[in-house]
Amino acid sequence: MSREAVFNLVVLAGLVALPLYAHLSDAPFTITLATRAVILSLAAVGLNIALGIGGLVSLGHAVFFGVGGYAMGILAFHAQTYAPLMEWPFVVEGTKSMPVIWLVAVVFSALVALGIGLLSLRTSGVYFIMITLAFGQMFYYFAISWSAYGGEDGMSIYVRNGFPGLNTLVPVQFYGLCLVLLCAALAFNAVLLRSPFGLALNAARQVPDRVRAVGLDPFRLRLLAFVISGAITGLAGALFADLNRFVSPTMFSWQLSGEFIVFIIIGGTARLFGPVAGAVLFVALEHFLGGVSDYWHIWFGLLLLGVVLFGRGGLIGVIAGRGRGHD
Amino acid sequence: MTEAVLQTRGLFKAFGALQATEDVSIELRPGEIHAVIGPNGAGKSTLIGQISGAIVPDAGAVLLGGRDVTALAVPGRAKAGLARTFQISQLAMEDTVLQNALLGALGAAGRPFDMLRPVARRGALRDRAEAALARVGLTDQARMRVAELSHGQRRQLEVAVALTLAPKCFVMDEPMAGLGTEGSARLTGLLDGLRAEAPILLVEHDMDAVFALADRISVLVYGRVIASGTVAEIRADPAVREAYLGDAA
Repeated sequence: MSREAVFNLVVLAGLVALPLYAHLSDAPFTITLATRAVILSLAAVGLNIALGIGGLVSLGHAVFFGVGGYAMGILAFHAQTYAPLMEWPFVVEGTKSMPVIWLVAVVFSALVALGIGLLSLRTSGVYFIMITLAFGQMFYYFAISWSAYGGEDGMSIYVRNGFPGLNTLVPVQFYGLCLVLLCAALAFNAVLLRSPFGLALNAARQVPDRVRAVGLDPFRLRLLAFVISGAITGLAGALFADLNRFVSPTMFSWQLSGEFIVFIIIGGTARLFGPVAGAVLFVALEHFLGGVSDYWHIWFGLLLLGVVLFGRGGLIGVIAGRGRGHD
Repeated sequence: MTEAVLQTRGLFKAFGALQATEDVSIELRPGEIHAVIGPNGAGKSTLIGQISGAIVPDAGAVLLGGRDVTALAVPGRAKAGLARTFQISQLAMEDTVLQNALLGALGAAGRPFDMLRPVARRGALRDRAEAALARVGLTDQARMRVAELSHGQRRQLEVAVALTLAPKCFVMDEPMAGLGTEGSARLTGLLDGLRAEAPILLVEHDMDAVFALADRISVLVYGRVIASGTVAEIRADPAVREAYLGDAA
């Protein structure tokens, strides 16, 4: 087994064993913290499909995170106010059911990704970054001005949504649910990497001219990757909103888009567990360094600088050596 | 006369004041290697670009198997049966040799959106990729990354990827570029055997290879075809000698 595989197993085992640690050390807050890390990991795993395999540096992935969050917020808001979402041409009620909310979040973030992708994937490089950023800002300011759903203040959902057979109000059960979804996304990502689509997408990043010359269209490959990527990040957004029981325009902020990219770079670009390692490290540092100093971002910035300058394979690159990953 | 597999009719292309291609009509017949030679700046790369679909001509047409493909972009022409190799190797450097060949097989099969089955599993794709690698003599390197290959092996892989497409014709842009005598001789042998499968339009600087391989030669100077004919005719053509071959021939 490669060192990277061992590292991945250790990370996974750590996440699975974390509730036990929290229980033994009587620190239940750790579970909430870990849930946050797992959800942010999921969001970054989504981004990694576009960025890591496809080479699409999207600075607008918070759009999908926010769409997922607002999908949850709007559905749950209507359920808790007993006001239907719409009455014409047919009645749509709100819901407090997680599976339904997830489905809506995934479908809508995929559709938004399709729209954004159709326009932005015509460009590349810096222009692509700028266009995705611009879309992010559009959604951000739209959310601020959408007073029906809290505008700038966002909206609170009083009770966490339900999942059949589970009590999601118990932190460890919600944590387990999020972890299962993260594992499913990672498994899908692993299968994708070995599939024809993974091979073609990976080649479209490295040598688009070659991909065209064998009769494939890099644009279509990237578009599909972008849609899948957005859908997974959207699902993470719905979970994140449920974790906080709160939705606000900050879920669309470009800073969050930037953080997703930072998770991937710190963990290791195009590494399966890169986003997970990066997000877990970020949440841990945010908690511990944040307790020491309000200015912890300075230290985090130094870490990022160090990784970019000296450890170009990210955390996993440092631990496992250069392998599958790329710069 | 048998119908040409690949044909250009009156291609014109200008970049500003520079007429890079001027009324170029050439044809590639079944079973032949047709070499296009010319000094630097003669418009060879521009011509290849127009044939492969990367550059849109100002006027004229490109026909593949008698069908007008001028309106098709690069992927469409590849699907129609045109396989090109690049002057500067266009290979996925991080991927293995086999994966690069699989990419070609995937393009030929036209189904790149399968996300669930492993691409390297035993089956038609894998067979096609391995057959192409065996043909160019890279079977032993199948698991190596392209970044680890020698320059010569990369040139062979370029040809292998084109082979996976099972094309109607090959368009090769300086396949010998950067090769030493030995590598050049090996690739010459390979291309020699390839013409039976599909004719080759060969743009090449290596005159030894051109004279060894070509059935016919077209000479391009300042975007125009100044001569076209058999190797003997081209060698004897005074205009060609003056413009290009100098004393070498």
